[in-house]
Amino acid sequence: MELSGSEIVVECLKREAVEYVFGYPGGAVLPLYDAFNLQDTVKHILVRHEQGATHAADGYARATGRPGVVLVTSGPGVTNAVTGIATAYMDSIPMVILTGQVPTSVIGSDAFQEVDSVGITRPCVKHNFLVKDVADLAATIKKAFYIATSGRPGPVVVDIPKDVLIARSEFRYPDRVDMRSYRPVDKGHPGQIRKAVELILSARRPMIYSGGGVVLDNAAEPFTRVCRMLGYPVTNTLMGLGGYPATDRQFVGMLGMHGTYEANMAMHHCDVLIAIGARFDDRVTGNIEKFCPYAKIVHVDIDPASISKTVRVDIPIVGSVRNVMAQMVGLIEEARAAGRGPDAQALGEWWQQIEEWRATQCLAYKRDPELIKPQYVIEQLYEATGGDAYITSDVGQHQMWAAQYYKFDQPNRWINSGGLGTMGFGLPAAIGTQLAFPKETVACVTGEASFIMCIQELSTALQYGLPIKIVLLNNRYMGMVRQWQEFFYQKRYAMSYMEALPDFVRLAEAFGHVGRRIERPGDVRGALDEALAMKDRLVLLDFVTDQTENVYPMIPAGAGQNEMILV
Amino acid sequence: MRHIVSILLENESGALSRVAGLFSARAYNIQSLTVAPTEDSSLSRMTIVTSGSDEVIEQILKQLNKLIDVVKVVLLTDGDHIERELMLVKTAARGALREEVTRLCGIFRGHVLDVTENTYTIEVTGSGAKLDAFLRALGTDNILEVVRTGVSGVGRGDTALRP
Repeated sequence: MELSGSEIVVECLKREAVEYVFGYPGGAVLPLYDAFNLQDTVKHILVRHEQGATHAADGYARATGRPGVVLVTSGPGVTNAVTGIATAYMDSIPMVILTGQVPTSVIGSDAFQEVDSVGITRPCVKHNFLVKDVADLAATIKKAFYIATSGRPGPVVVDIPKDVLIARSEFRYPDRVDMRSYRPVDKGHPGQIRKAVELILSARRPMIYSGGGVVLDNAAEPFTRVCRMLGYPVTNTLMGLGGYPATDRQFVGMLGMHGTYEANMAMHHCDVLIAIGARFDDRVTGNIEKFCPYAKIVHVDIDPASISKTVRVDIPIVGSVRNVMAQMVGLIEEARAAGRGPDAQALGEWWQQIEEWRATQCLAYKRDPELIKPQYVIEQLYEATGGDAYITSDVGQHQMWAAQYYKFDQPNRWINSGGLGTMGFGLPAAIGTQLAFPKETVACVTGEASFIMCIQELSTALQYGLPIKIVLLNNRYMGMVRQWQEFFYQKRYAMSYMEALPDFVRLAEAFGHVGRRIERPGDVRGALDEALAMKDRLVLLDFVTDQTENVYPMIPAGAGQNEMILV
Repeated sequence: MRHIVSILLENESGALSRVAGLFSARAYNIQSLTVAPTEDSSLSRMTIVTSGSDEVIEQILKQLNKLIDVVKVVLLTDGDHIERELMLVKTAARGALREEVTRLCGIFRGHVLDVTENTYTIEVTGSGAKLDAFLRALGTDNILEVVRTGVSGVGRGDTALRP
């Protein structure tokens, strides 16, 4: 069957069972938009800015585990998308970004809306392609989906010149991809896993530290099973929240710069560290010289380059977390049957020590009768939603409070930009999430500075009737910047005060939504309940919060995990 | 430590920029880089001379392996290997100097490729150190132009870097 390039693209997306494409039209992709218009299997979501398209597709991918798909035009369409592509790249999110390009005959001539898309995106994609011949189009799109979703996932850009979209070719969609240069490892090495299990069972002060890899690999279930079999303390990174149930006794909270005291102290004092799908990020390790000084380290990761990148490990295991966990379950059962297992007395003493650290209640904060504490809003959101909502966030203090006070019991519920730290992520990510789960509660926890960065997407939410709940913690400061200036720049608040803020209630109304301003602690819960009851409306809750509240506890830059500032 | 990395990669447009971009993005050092297609026109062979601690070299190999276009990577300096570089030198050659340059060329097993009244153009092949020595022997005052290919290398013995 001979099809045009545009028809081929649409046909490929159907074969990949793509539900939604997030995009914005323009000259170079007009033929493709025309082809979209002639079918309704693949739905196109019109955003208001290409950055919004990438974050929305990203949110969809994080919530569903399926690849997010983006379509933008050449030139500024691509450059606007770059922030979102880099965001997905840093957090290993599977996405396929289709970008329009000027016709092949004028590539390199500085044509209207021409940029070197492959060159510009190269450092922030897993891979990218420029399709010069329509005959290669279907196979290239197949490869793009395969590369984006296999191994360590990531965004893949497919740049398609306008003439390729118009040219015709026989359509054949390959069943499978075989690339001699790309064969990701799947199963872990059995010998390494055996060695690791022996070390894990010999631990006297063990610690399990898991990251986004558990969530991305859909491995929360086997991972949780391994943790429960062992009875060891578990901490999650910011990206790993929900990988292990936060309300479980074995969970000691998030670790790292704004992690709990007990998680960081247990990291510092452990004798065996079991790192699963985590990458020893600098926000986790603190001062690398002081990191886990007593520990032998086991590290399971799909990406060999993540292993021993910043911290040398003793037993590396390259493989999918899901498979390695399944392999470990068998070995632990075997050891148990043979009467071998963790030293119960040592483990008991270790837990006693951890409970002492936990008793400091590092997340306790002083309530105020007059001022709304941001932590209180998150606690109330947690209760009002029964801990069952999809929470997206932007970047800054509100992000840390959401991570600390919303207890995620399930994976894929916590959607935030961890690696790149992209302000403006929260609202479009909520759009992608709500489209994926129209009946579920999706709340975007944000700050007034972040929210303004992609505020135009309120219009998209109206167009598609998405009843997102926006929990705006409005402290009239770029809170995290202000906090660092207070601590480390002698309270010189350079450019962190948000003067001339809009009236957010009227702004929400101007976009066709519902807005509420909440100024007293006593009104917090009522406002949340009212918003959640409005099942078919987007509601923006503008919580006027304590301006000077800081995120605690904190590991200051250059300090070790045992050197936290408590309050 | 100086190291030589050999890479077999898909002969695709942009493959070179992926490798070069990786080195610049991660602040790895490149002393020289050579690349050309192999007997199989779908593959290119690249040789990179770099330097760094053992940890950095390990990361370089892992990051190169991660590039989708890279088929195989090997650290030549891990074992016995042969390295060669080709150099073209245009040197002044007048009067007594003509005799001296010809003699040096013989000692270094070079070939004179082009002769004018005032200059010789000489081809020399060998290790980087040998080429350096030849340039020192010529003396900077006499050298008009130097073109070096950068190192190409291959492992000794029966094993071969194949896809």
